[in-house]
Amino acid sequence: MLALEFPPINEILRWRDVIDPVGLNKVALIGIAAALVAIVIFLLAAKQDGMAAPKGVRNLAESIVEFIEEQIIMPTMGRAGLGWTPFLLSLFVFIYLCNLPGIIPIVYMPATARIAIPLVLSLLVWVVFIGVGFKHQGISYLKNSLFPPGVPGPLYILVAPIEFISTFLVRPFSLTVRLFANMLAGHILLVTFALLTEELVQGDSWILKPVGVLPFFMLLFITAFEVLVGFLQAYIFTILASVYIGGAAHPEH
Amino acid sequence: MEAFSILAQAGSQITDEGLKAANAAGSAGFAYGLAAIGPGIGIGYLVGKSVEAMARQPEAAGMVRTTMFLGIAFTEALALIGFVVFILIGL
Repeated sequence: MLALEFPPINEILRWRDVIDPVGLNKVALIGIAAALVAIVIFLLAAKQDGMAAPKGVRNLAESIVEFIEEQIIMPTMGRAGLGWTPFLLSLFVFIYLCNLPGIIPIVYMPATARIAIPLVLSLLVWVVFIGVGFKHQGISYLKNSLFPPGVPGPLYILVAPIEFISTFLVRPFSLTVRLFANMLAGHILLVTFALLTEELVQGDSWILKPVGVLPFFMLLFITAFEVLVGFLQAYIFTILASVYIGGAAHPEH
Repeated sequence: MEAFSILAQAGSQITDEGLKAANAAGSAGFAYGLAAIGPGIGIGYLVGKSVEAMARQPEAAGMVRTTMFLGIAFTEALALIGFVVFILIGL
């Protein structure tokens, strides 16, 4: 009845190189654009007079900074963590701007739906929180994180390997997979409903043409949902980075 | 997805590759379906309890919400790993 053929996964995720020898494709371009947009916004905001009432782009920048400080750093690290604002702010803004093109017409590709960007960012967070741990606690960071206090002695044979795996191996992996898989799933959903709509509306069967409205409304709904998901994933990535850094700075009691 | 069209033609001829693709498609569906059960229950329970806590103590809503998102992030990871497995073996 329907000649619906879902394209192979490579067709919706792999792009030709724009500049051949460098290997610069659409995903890389989105990444660069995200970085540039963020830099320009914050440079413009920094130029304005800090004493006057904020307006325009500075208003936007200040509300983002305040969001990071009030919603992400204060609940997880407290006052001592406010020095991490620049790092977490750039993480949040970059991830959000990489997620956003997934729903912008014509572009329609979240840069984080390829594993490269999430992987690099989570490896960065991994290096940072381990570095913070060793800086604040010295070599006893390993002892504190592998042998949590309050566990009966013999159980450490079990607990230490589990803690090692969950702290040093699973954390970067789950950070990567969470961001990557969420954005990829959203992208595949959008492709699915766009294809269904097209196939129903342009198909041969007259009866099915009006039915094409249904997947179209689903497409609109998922687009709105993706706005939320893009924001939420950036928020979750940043807040987890903040939790990891805060946990490494102060040992558990 | 190609596996289904291969399955449709299977009446006339069953090849080894076709069988393999059909098995892969089937098990990919199982992988995702099974991986979604636990996190589904977990997130439902988590958010339900958080709403309860927020209704009981609206002044603590901000703190509860932050912790809720953290919990969701950890719970959801399992479902997402299932989704990645689904892509790896299915498509």
